Amino acid sequence: MSSRDAILGRVRSALARKVSLGDTAAIDAHIAAHPVGLQPQRDWEPEARFRARAEALTSTVEKLGSLQAVPAAVARYLVAHGLPTGGVCWPSLRRLDWIGAGLGMEDRPARGDDLVGVTGCFCAIAETGTLMLLSGADTPAAASLLPETHIAIVETQRIVPFMEDAWALLREEKGSLPRAVNFVSGPSRTADIEQTVTLGAHGPYRVHIILVG
Amino acid sequence: MELRSNEFKARAAANLGDAKLQKGLGLIKVKAVVNRANAVAEFGDFEALREAGKEIRNRALADLDLYLERFEREATARGAVVHWAENASDACRIIVDIARENGVKKVAKSKSMVSEEVGLNEALIEAGIEPVETDLGEYILQINDAEPPSHIVMPVIHKTVEDVADLFHEKHGTPRKTDPAALTREAREILRPQFLSAEMGISGANFIVAETGSTLIVTNEGNGRLCTTLPRLHVAITGIEKVVPTLEDASVLLRLLPRSATGQAITNYVSLHTGPKRLEESDGPQQFHIVLVDNGRSKLLAGEMREMLRCIRCGACMNHCPVYQAVGGHAYGWVYPGPMGNILTPSYVGLENAVALPNAATMCNQCGVVCPVKIPLPDLMRTLREEQMARGLKPWAERMGLALWGWAAQQPALYALGTRIAARVMKWMGGSEKLIHRLPFVSGWTDGRDFPAPAGKTFRELYQRSKR
Repeated sequence: MSSRDAILGRVRSALARKVSLGDTAAIDAHIAAHPVGLQPQRDWEPEARFRARAEALTSTVEKLGSLQAVPAAVARYLVAHGLPTGGVCWPSLRRLDWIGAGLGMEDRPARGDDLVGVTGCFCAIAETGTLMLLSGADTPAAASLLPETHIAIVETQRIVPFMEDAWALLREEKGSLPRAVNFVSGPSRTADIEQTVTLGAHGPYRVHIILVG
Repeated sequence: MELRSNEFKARAAANLGDAKLQKGLGLIKVKAVVNRANAVAEFGDFEALREAGKEIRNRALADLDLYLERFEREATARGAVVHWAENASDACRIIVDIARENGVKKVAKSKSMVSEEVGLNEALIEAGIEPVETDLGEYILQINDAEPPSHIVMPVIHKTVEDVADLFHEKHGTPRKTDPAALTREAREILRPQFLSAEMGISGANFIVAETGSTLIVTNEGNGRLCTTLPRLHVAITGIEKVVPTLEDASVLLRLLPRSATGQAITNYVSLHTGPKRLEESDGPQQFHIVLVDNGRSKLLAGEMREMLRCIRCGACMNHCPVYQAVGGHAYGWVYPGPMGNILTPSYVGLENAVALPNAATMCNQCGVVCPVKIPLPDLMRTLREEQMARGLKPWAERMGLALWGWAAQQPALYALGTRIAARVMKWMGGSEKLIHRLPFVSGWTDGRDFPAPAGKTFRELYQRSKR
């Protein structure tokens, strides 16, 4: 007997199953319905909540009127923080006028020594101040991970109240899950040494969020 | 991991006098406990959330076979390979085989308690494959001669910043530094090339989602993301009990887990992995293997410890345990310390191999109160204690003492007489100080502290008098 059958056999006998093949109707129904469970009370407006929570997680946030204004804002942020003015961006952002803003943003896969990564996001979650990023050809996962500075563009109309709303949006727009769904809530951190919170463990040291809308 | 649970008493006694350990444990009370309390208060109706979490975990366990099969089907349909491991050696063999077949020399690992449970690092090393722990705490332990972790969330809680400073200075040959941020930077710079050169990444899974065939990990450092994004192979190893039905169910548990573990509303990263790299993608592993480990879990499902399978490994029970807070994680002698370990260790390695653990509790029920999925930990410990008595695993004197007490307690007149005599004798022993410095048979207790002398009358005597 295979390990699989032995393990499932023990599980079935523990659950006192009468037949070897269980009736999947009930679990199929639960999965098909995927009911929304308990959420915290919502006494906030999504954009304000997202901004407040993101800032509490030590991300910085600014708001612009249009996507065209993004390259200049990125340049201002990088110069103000004494950061390099080049790096990688998602291929989905290649059409923005980075050169016009004096930036060298390359739409290639991120490397271990890239210092700045600019990404968009699938949507953002107000409850926790979280970005939801989907992996894909035009939205590679490493761009938000390898560089020391992550700049993320969030369209305000894509801020949803809860994670469950993000799943609903994903099912509606994409049908199935991409290889990787990454929820990002501020710069990477560790508190392993004497429970002292230190920013920039293995991922970015800083996350700057540019709201557009 | 080497099992040393039957050395609990000796190691606990030694740890009480370990000043560095006590400093680290002291921080739990002022940081982890306070952070959790703040996060719980901020949420609102956390009790309702705990109940919801319990129901979700119970739902998954009630149809565990069906949810596992559904998970396997969905994961396979998306190109992942699902493996089933009956025990620790199975799990190691499966992963070593995957590594060998693919010419893997180096593995970047993110934190996985199941990998500790099955002794994966030792197996990889034996096969000539180099595992590199990349979680900062686990990395510190690995370069310190593969020291075991002392906490499931904060593995180096027993080490001071000075310890880490000395260790990095010695092992890295760099100037000694005592700033946690500088030490973290040093580890980052040493580990970054390891992520980039490892052929295989190994992660655990906090949950696996039946609906989508995804594995889910929560991390703060980002090392979990690196391990699952950069190497050409990704292996996720986890227990069969970790399945949850839907993404919505996972969302509810994600409100409970970080709040209970570290007091965060959400961890910095929550990552779901569904299948390997798609053809058009520029990053991601070409192969994605998922190893589902039983190693005693199906046995728990059948027995009185079934509720323990709800556990989502947050560590709140140990953070709030007065015994853990005093003796630290190493005393427990296996992977899972604290109240969860008091149940899991005897359940997985045998009650006779962890005799002290179900008794390493004051039964204060702090663990039961904070458990995010409402596991009645003290009740389960009591059940294990009863089983120890029934199987004769307790010392002879303790069994005889309890039998004698049990007999006396069933003779009301004798019991009343006995307690009246004891109350008077103990009052006399206390003298004018009203403190007893030494008691026969319980010198282990009175060696370290005085016993307050009773007032000389039993409760029943006082009650009779007040009724008159």
